[in-house]
Amino acid sequence: MQQLVNGLALGSIYALIALGYTMVYGVLRFINFAHADLLMLGAYAGYFVAPALAPVFGEASYGLLAATVFLAAVACAGVGAGIEYLAYRPLRNRPKLTVLITAIGVSLLMEFGCQHPAVFGAKTRPFPQLLPAEQIHFLGATVSRVDMVIPLVTCGLLMGLWWLVQRTRMGMAMRAVSFNQQAAALMGVNNNRVISFTFALGSALAAVAGVLYSVRASGIDPLMGIRPGLIAFSAAVVGGIGDLAGAVLGGLLLGMLETYVGGLPGVSNYRDAISFGMLVVILLVRPSGLLGRAQVEKV
Amino acid sequence: MNRSILLGTVAAFCLFAGCQKPGGADGAIVVGEFASLTGKEATFGMSSHEGTQLAVEQINAEGGVLGRPIKLVTEDNQSKAGESATVVSKMISRDGAVAILGEVASSRSLEGAPICQENRVPMISPASTNPKVTRIGNYIFRVCFIDPFQGTVMANFATQKLKLRRVAVLTDVKSDYSKGLAKFFEQSFAESGGEVCARLDFNGGDKDFKAQLTTIKGSNPEAVFLPGYYTDTALICRQAKEVGLEVPFLGGDGWESEELVKIGKEAMEGHYFSTHYTPEAGSPKGAKFVEDYKKRYSGKTPDTMAALGFDSALVLVEAIRQAGTTEGSAVREKLAQIKDFEGATGRTTINGDRDATKSAVVMQIKGGKFQYVDTVKPQSKAP
Repeated sequence: MQQLVNGLALGSIYALIALGYTMVYGVLRFINFAHADLLMLGAYAGYFVAPALAPVFGEASYGLLAATVFLAAVACAGVGAGIEYLAYRPLRNRPKLTVLITAIGVSLLMEFGCQHPAVFGAKTRPFPQLLPAEQIHFLGATVSRVDMVIPLVTCGLLMGLWWLVQRTRMGMAMRAVSFNQQAAALMGVNNNRVISFTFALGSALAAVAGVLYSVRASGIDPLMGIRPGLIAFSAAVVGGIGDLAGAVLGGLLLGMLETYVGGLPGVSNYRDAISFGMLVVILLVRPSGLLGRAQVEKV
Repeated sequence: MNRSILLGTVAAFCLFAGCQKPGGADGAIVVGEFASLTGKEATFGMSSHEGTQLAVEQINAEGGVLGRPIKLVTEDNQSKAGESATVVSKMISRDGAVAILGEVASSRSLEGAPICQENRVPMISPASTNPKVTRIGNYIFRVCFIDPFQGTVMANFATQKLKLRRVAVLTDVKSDYSKGLAKFFEQSFAESGGEVCARLDFNGGDKDFKAQLTTIKGSNPEAVFLPGYYTDTALICRQAKEVGLEVPFLGGDGWESEELVKIGKEAMEGHYFSTHYTPEAGSPKGAKFVEDYKKRYSGKTPDTMAALGFDSALVLVEAIRQAGTTEGSAVREKLAQIKDFEGATGRTTINGDRDATKSAVVMQIKGGKFQYVDTVKPQSKAP
């Protein structure tokens, strides 16, 4: 039961990150490798704004968490759109591979740039306590507040995104750009705006995940995004990249696998090998992912 | 034609490099130091570096050794694997270091040691406790005890003082230090009648440990032995409280850093760890060291790593003085004969395995401070 809660919370975080990957991929057919570093930036944004917000909302309260998440998301949305404008937009009409390599470059620049003592420094910093410390006891399991909050946030955001993509004008524009950029432009869609919006949205998701991840794991450093980023990327692929529900499903699956394997004495160190081994099997059986359908349009 | 230019250039470089080799132009003796000044174990590197630096400054103020001052060259390996070998070769070949002082972390000492052994340059590790370090070769020494002793100390403390019977062990599989300490703890704990009820692993640098901690909780231990470094340890102890694992944690000298309490906060309260030294159990020389250190570093109290860094430099200089030369093999001979050398951490005797025979202390975390609990002499039950 306890492991179920742990796995659900961890999986929901992976799902949140995977949603960001999959959004950007859905619209641009491009993997934004810097996504994991936006998660790190989000965590640092939370680290810096939380102490300033604490007097307003009270130490360790739900209001504080919500406000911190919101501000970190806004900050990262700005940074994400900025990265898109500076690094990816000039390469819009170049081969996809060029943009991909640029994304890796941006990612490394952010990771190692932030390790410089003048930026954040390489040492691990303690993340402030944003939620009340006492746990909830539930069917024999001890659940921390954040582990309750995370799945709810993921669920809410998934529904919000689905609504945005399927029911709003911006969502329709995103689907149009995803389907065919040129045709969309001819139909009066402002491609640049749509793409900037997508990046901002994806980055905000990364920031939300970053803050929640740090509340849960409580130590942040400039390289913290790499491992969850990699896992979430795999989650997005397993779920069927480009598919929102698939990303969440993949994230939950990987979080559960990691938790259950990690808790087995004797093999706990092979948890990544085992969970990724299972991924290979899934992809062999369903090459386009669990919910991915070959050649069916999705955002 | 082309080839002669090339040869000329190579020859010029050789000459240039050759000129640089014998220390500085001022006749200073160059001693290299490699440490983790930044990164995950930064406080270890900084402390040992400050201790070493203080020792070198004091020696130079008294006129140096063999009539020559000592020049300390320091390189940072950023707490990363793979950097140490590079910086050690650089210090030996480019700076002309006659001896190398360094590393606290055993994994990184193990990277630097083969280079020193190959070049026949003596190396002294201030605080690497894994037995493998000095087995690299006869030029590698250390001024601290080793993990079989440290593991025994904690196992005895657990069974005799805390009266524990069931303990879970959580090991960092990336670290030689952690694996070694866990092994020796398990051995002696089992010998004195205890039972290890769960064995789990983590990867140093991970952020989420709840899966392992939940399994540990399910095995109902009376305590958890966690031979990790301070950053991981603090995160693990915080998450242990979150999954409701309310038992004492026991650890080794890798815990000793003020960052432990800064990151772990109240989750660290009541836990125990073994280490090399405490200012409270001091000798006259130790008391003087504490005073000098505070004066030099604006009131900071020295920790274990600082004291060991200090001693590593003193022991090296003592050997150079006795050898009457900086030649590697002569210094090595004298290092191997160091006996009852009085330093900041007490008496250091280098044994046949080039390890130091010393006592250990057990500390408890109370009110955010490290409090002295017990001293264990090496004779009591050292293997």
